[in-house]
Amino acid sequence: MDGAQLTQQIINGLTLGCLYGLIAIGYTLVYGILRLINFAHGDVLMVGCYMAWFGAVQFGLPWWAALMGSMLLTALLGVLIDQGAYRPLRRAPRISALITAIGVSFFLENLGLVVFGGRPKAFLRPEVFNHIYQWGSVRVLSLSVWTPIITGLILAGLLIIIYRTRLGMAMRALSRDLVTVRLMGIDTNRVVAATFAIGSALAAAGGVLWAMKYPQINPLMGVLPGLKAFVAAVLGGIGNVAGAMIGGLLLGLAEILLVAWLPELAGYRDALAFVLLIGILLFKPTGIIGEELPE
Amino acid sequence: MPGCLGVRALRLALAALLCLLAAGPAAAQAPPIVVGVVLPMTGPVAAYGQMCWIGMQIAQQMQPSALGRPLKLVLADNKSDNVEAANATSRLLKKEQAVAILGPATSGRALAVAPLAEQAQRPMISPTATNPLVTQGRKYAFRVCFIDPFQGQVAARYAYRHLKARRAAVLIDVAQDYCVGLAAFFMREFTLLGGQIAAQVKCNTGDQDFSAQLGTVKQSGADILYLPNYYTEDALVARQARELGLKIPLLSGDGAQAPELIKIGGPAVEGFTFTAHFHPAGVQGQRAAQFLRRYEQMKKAGQVKEDLTGFHALGADSYLVLADALARAGTTEGPKLRAALAATRGFAGVSGAINIGPDGNAVKSAVLLKVKKGKFDYVTTMNP
Repeated sequence: MDGAQLTQQIINGLTLGCLYGLIAIGYTLVYGILRLINFAHGDVLMVGCYMAWFGAVQFGLPWWAALMGSMLLTALLGVLIDQGAYRPLRRAPRISALITAIGVSFFLENLGLVVFGGRPKAFLRPEVFNHIYQWGSVRVLSLSVWTPIITGLILAGLLIIIYRTRLGMAMRALSRDLVTVRLMGIDTNRVVAATFAIGSALAAAGGVLWAMKYPQINPLMGVLPGLKAFVAAVLGGIGNVAGAMIGGLLLGLAEILLVAWLPELAGYRDALAFVLLIGILLFKPTGIIGEELPE
Repeated sequence: MPGCLGVRALRLALAALLCLLAAGPAAAQAPPIVVGVVLPMTGPVAAYGQMCWIGMQIAQQMQPSALGRPLKLVLADNKSDNVEAANATSRLLKKEQAVAILGPATSGRALAVAPLAEQAQRPMISPTATNPLVTQGRKYAFRVCFIDPFQGQVAARYAYRHLKARRAAVLIDVAQDYCVGLAAFFMREFTLLGGQIAAQVKCNTGDQDFSAQLGTVKQSGADILYLPNYYTEDALVARQARELGLKIPLLSGDGAQAPELIKIGGPAVEGFTFTAHFHPAGVQGQRAAQFLRRYEQMKKAGQVKEDLTGFHALGADSYLVLADALARAGTTEGPKLRAALAATRGFAGVSGAINIGPDGNAVKSAVLLKVKKGKFDYVTTMNP
């Protein structure tokens, strides 16, 4: 593999990793606050994609309006899921909420099959993202340049919310001790709802970028990105927003380089993600930059 | 009181009349013959199932009965999944008492269903499963399409002789029996002809990122990429190939003929070529003409949107061949029905003449289709 080729593959890997990271942030956010692994996250992403598809393809909205609309509606869906499925279980053992999350995931997938139909739909890639930049034999899609920029902006906005606003302060407090925070007179349900809204809007954003890169959507499209993003979140240290991003980038790079260097093992690409998951859980369960919270 | 009585009598008479009306047609008609249909209506290859199903329904309108009994199609979704396919088949055979199974559409699923049909001694007819193993060594497994050793050979010859390709790269979806088999047959023939396999790269059904594989292909200096995979993967590969500046011709198999290939692939699939079962331009015979007419009517009525493909035609043919065999067998009993199916010769189906060969396989020619201006365009016919 020559230099250009290696550069190309590294760029491919980082592009994929950025998408994993963006989706992983949503996972990690909800986990950080509720200690709930929201397995429905990938399916929320799918719903977000369909919302954007309806906006852009059916109603002919410009892509940014479709994206905004989709993020808004998906945030609403997140709040509804929390209200309907998770809030009644707030005091139940954690495993009950986890099982419910898997139930919500199946529910959304099958609802999607009924409402949207089983055949994939073509997603639109706006002109801005469709240019190709070329340096020698290295080619980069403009979408791949925009993805890290958009991800960076979202990440920055999120960090501002978490560390610079009262809502963020409440979220951080909640992640330490839900009961005590409630005793302090904070409406925990509202904070949790806000967390779900933000997490789901992020899923929609990640999903739309994903669907622009791989322009087909179907009701089961969220499963694999969802699982991979979960692995990325654990890899980086679940509960840690920056860690999710790093985990995503590492996973994307690892997958692409595995296929590039060892084409024979390309069939094991998905297995690689889960081998990494098992490895990190065995040897460093807190992830790369995750830390134990003080008891 | 008399008035009351009168009303009651009237009600009784009405009820009796209603009973008669309801029972009348049922009594005159024999109980239906149940035909089980196992198709992927959802999941990664949903397009195949939905297209086959439309074809079967039109065929049923064309020939609604056999042996003086109406034919009833009972559909079960296999969700593009092997386990679901096996479960659905068991249910159709045991609970619905289906006399035969039509489907599945893909080889992996057909391989899961065939042993169950064999055990129940009731025929399975797949419209489009092309892997040779589906029917090999089985008495009750049939199909109305050609098989992959032939399809791979045709593709290799087209690549070598018509496109003058000498170094082929092959991208194989290792999760599908169909793709693995077809790729192997292509590579065998291509090397026999004197070509070289420059690169062999792999992927999995459901993969969306092929940039790493395509990078390897680009570096290998191949002058053609053979990708005998399903339509979603094909469309995404075509787009990413163009994005990475890979300009060599793309050649695929019959799995590519779904409208999604063009919808998702867009301009990137212009010139995309593949071997296929059928093109409406090449139809012959009355039955095919009638089928085409009905399909056009449905299209005008807005019931279907897409153009007619091989999946519609072969879905119809699987049904028509079964109806024909039922009439010749004179019974729905498995072993006799099987014998009648195996004796199918020169049946004028929608997709052409169907002869069931020794292994339960149809012997047919293949067509080469190419995407041109967003449509599937006929290139040539290759005979066995």
